[in-house]
Amino acid sequence: MTHPLSPPPKKDPQKRSVSPTRPPEVRSRAALHLTAAAAEGRFALQRCADCGKVQYPPRDACSACLSTDLPWQDMAPGGTLIAETTVQTSPRLYFRERMPWRAGTVQLDAGPTVLAHIHGDVARHARVRVTARLDQAGQGVLVALPETDTPNMKDDPLMRALSADPKHRRVLITDARSAQALALARALQKAGAAIIFAGEPESWRPYPQRAELEALGVQILPMDVTDTASVKKLAGEIGGKTDILINTARFLRPGGVLDRGDTGFARDELEVNYLGLMRLAQAFGPGMCARASDGVNAAAAWVNLLSVGALSNARPFGAYSASQAGAYSLSQSLRAEFRPSGLRVMNVFFGPTEEDDWYQPLPPPRVTASALARSVVDGLQRGLEDVWCGDIAQDLRDRFRRDPKVLEREMTLGGEGA
Amino acid sequence: MARPASYEGVALVAPFSTPYQRYSIDTAHHWIATALRGSLRAAGLKPGDLDGFQVASFTLFPDTAVGLTQHLGLCPRWLDHIPMGGASAGVALRRAARAVQAGDAEIIACVAGDTNHIDSFRQLLSSFSRFAMDASYPYGYGGPNASFALLTDRYMTEYGATREDFGRLCVAQRANALKNPNAVMKKPLTMEQYLDARPIADPIALFDCVMPCAGAEAFLVMSEDRARALNLPYARLAAAIERHNAHADDPIQLRGGWTMDVDVLWDQAGMAPQDMDLVQTYDDYPVISMLQIEDLGFCAKGEGPAFLRDKDLTVSGDFPHNTSGGQLSGGQAGAAGGFIGMVEAIRQVTGQAGGTQVAGAERALVSGFGMINFDRGLCSSAAVLTTGARA
Repeated sequence: MTHPLSPPPKKDPQKRSVSPTRPPEVRSRAALHLTAAAAEGRFALQRCADCGKVQYPPRDACSACLSTDLPWQDMAPGGTLIAETTVQTSPRLYFRERMPWRAGTVQLDAGPTVLAHIHGDVARHARVRVTARLDQAGQGVLVALPETDTPNMKDDPLMRALSADPKHRRVLITDARSAQALALARALQKAGAAIIFAGEPESWRPYPQRAELEALGVQILPMDVTDTASVKKLAGEIGGKTDILINTARFLRPGGVLDRGDTGFARDELEVNYLGLMRLAQAFGPGMCARASDGVNAAAAWVNLLSVGALSNARPFGAYSASQAGAYSLSQSLRAEFRPSGLRVMNVFFGPTEEDDWYQPLPPPRVTASALARSVVDGLQRGLEDVWCGDIAQDLRDRFRRDPKVLEREMTLGGEGA
Repeated sequence: MARPASYEGVALVAPFSTPYQRYSIDTAHHWIATALRGSLRAAGLKPGDLDGFQVASFTLFPDTAVGLTQHLGLCPRWLDHIPMGGASAGVALRRAARAVQAGDAEIIACVAGDTNHIDSFRQLLSSFSRFAMDASYPYGYGGPNASFALLTDRYMTEYGATREDFGRLCVAQRANALKNPNAVMKKPLTMEQYLDARPIADPIALFDCVMPCAGAEAFLVMSEDRARALNLPYARLAAAIERHNAHADDPIQLRGGWTMDVDVLWDQAGMAPQDMDLVQTYDDYPVISMLQIEDLGFCAKGEGPAFLRDKDLTVSGDFPHNTSGGQLSGGQAGAAGGFIGMVEAIRQVTGQAGGTQVAGAERALVSGFGMINFDRGLCSSAAVLTTGARA
C-alpha cells in the first residue's frame, strides 16, 4: 500500500535544482484525441461507427472493416492486468531518473488490450480501473488504478507526476479581495496545502474577508496585478516557493460597446484580466518552470479562472467577455511556453457567480465560490487542463462544440443573453 | 492452403559474416559494403556480376536500397528493400529464390547490416513506429526490453515456465559462442550468473537481452547450375513461409504467425521437425525462441520448457540450437540479427561452419521474428535448408 507522503525537508539553497525532463511528447494526430479527452478527465477510445469495434492504439482506419469513421467515445474503465514489468533501465532521461517504473498490459472489458502505467497498489493479475491522465509532457496516458480506492493512493509517485495535487504544496492566490479567495483558501487547506499566500491590492482599503483569511493562516502580501513593480517584488520574495498559482484577479463590469460611453472600463478589464495575467506570468513563470521537477513540492500548475464567455461572447457582459477571450487565448500560449518544463496550465471556466455583485440582475443558476473552489482542487488533483464548473459552463461548452455559429446567434440576440 | 510451388533449382551460396563491434564510428553503408564484398569474394565474383540486390537495414537513413546502388556502384535489374527486422532473412530468401527461378535475376546478393553509434539505439527507438510512439514509449520507454518482459511475464504465468527454463537457452548459446571467434561475448556464462544478473525489466535480466552492436551478414542466391559451374558449396531451399500480423485478437502474444503456416512448411519440405540436424531461432529474447520451438512443431504450446529440459542445445548436443551463439551471445547488429541464423545455417549444411560445425549437418530449420510495432512482433518467417554441395 502507498505510504503517505511526508512534508519535504527545507530546500538546500546551495543545491542545484533538478532540470525538468519530460516523457516522450511526440504523438500522431489520431492519438491527440486521447490527450484531448484526458485534458478533461475522460477516458475515451475510438469505436468504429460501421462495425462497432473498439480500436487501440489510435488509428485512421478500422482494423476490422477498414471504415475511416472512427468517433471517440467514453469507455468503461474496467479491465484486467494480464502482464506486467518493472522497467529498471531506460534510455529516456525522464524515466531513468524515476526508475524503477511499473508498466503493464491491461485487457479492457471494452475490447482491446492497452499498455498502461500501473499504480503501486494494483496487485498482480488484479482487476483495474483504467483512467486517462496528462503526463508531464502534457500528453494523455493510460493509468491502471486499483479497482477500489486505497488509502493514500494519490501519494503514489506516479500519481504525483500525473497531477498537480495541492498536498504539501505552496499556493499563491493572486487577489485576496476576489469573491472566490476565501473559499479557495479553505478548500486548499483541506487538501493539504503547506502554505497559502494571497496577493492584496490596495491594502489601505478594508474588506470583510481579510480577517477570515488571516484566521485561516493565509499569508497576505501586497501585490496589484496592474502594477508591474509590485508583481515583480512579490515574485522576488515568494517566487521560489510558489508551487501552484491561482489567478483570481478579475475586473468585471457589465456592458458592451455602445452601452458604454468610453473605453475606461475596457482599459481596466484589459489591465487586470489580460495584462495582469501577462505580468504575473512574466514575473512568476520562469521561476516556476525551473522548479517543475523539484521533488515532492515541485512547481506544478498555473490556474486561470475564466468566464465561459471566453468561448463565445456573453451579452450583456460583452466587453468583459472580450477580455476573457484575450486571457483564454493568452493561456494557450502560456501552456505551450510552459510545456517544456512540465508546468501545467489549468483553465477553470465558469458562468455567472453567486458572490460577484455585478451578476445580480442575471437569473439562476449561478456558481458558488465553494463549488468553484472544489472544482479547482479536484482539477489539480486529477491534473486536468480544462475544467467546466457549473451547469452554465457545461451547457455553453456543449453548445459551442455542437456549432459555434449557432451558439453565437443564441448568445447575441440581445436581452438577457445566455 | 495449397502447397506453394517448389523452390527447386535455387542455391544459397557464399555465406559471410563480418566480425561485430559493440560501437562503431562507421556507417551502415560501410558495414553493408564490407559484408557484400566478403560474400562476393567467397564466391569469386565481382560487383559487376550481380544483377540482383536486396538489403535489410535500420540505420541507412536517409538512404534506401536505391541510394545504395549508386553508393556501392551496383547496376542490378532486380532491387529489393526488406524492412522486416528479425524476419528479414526468411522473407528475403523467398523473394530472391522466386526471382532466380523466374529469371528476373541470375545472381542476387542478400545483405543485412547496421551500424551502432553511441546514441543510435536510442534514436532508432524514438522513430520506430507510429503505434510505439503513441502507445508504448510513453509508458516507461523500456523499448524492446519492456515489450518482451511483458510477453515473458505472461508466458511464465500461463505455462509455469521458470527463469531457469530461459536460462538454459542462454547458457547453451554462450557455450556455442565460445567456439565462434566472431561472437561479441567471449566469457563463459553459468546458470548462477544468469539468475543473479542485473534486472533490466522484470522478469528480464541482463543475459536475456541482446547487445546492440554494429555488423553485417550476407549470402548470394543463384541457380544450382550456376553454383555448380562456379564450383561453390551451396544449400538448397526446401521450404519457406512468412506471415504478418497473425492472431491480431490475441490479448497478448503467446504464439506467432508460424502456427498459421507450419503445416505448409513441413509439407513443402517433405520433412518433419525431428528430421532437423540443427535449429536456428530468432533469439532477441529467449521467450521468443521458446515460442518458435513450439509453434514450428517440435512440441505442443506451453511445453517448450519441458521439451528443452532434457535436451543438450550445444553444437555437439542432441538439439543443436543457435550454433554460432545466436544474437544473445553473438550480438545483435540491427537487421543483421535477422540474418545471423540464416547465414550460419548455410555454413552448417555446406560444411563451412568451422568451430561451430555440427557433425554431418544436412538439414536445418531457420526461423525469423520481427518488428514489435506496438505490443507484439508482427512478422514471422521460417525456412528449411538442406545440403546441396559441401565444401
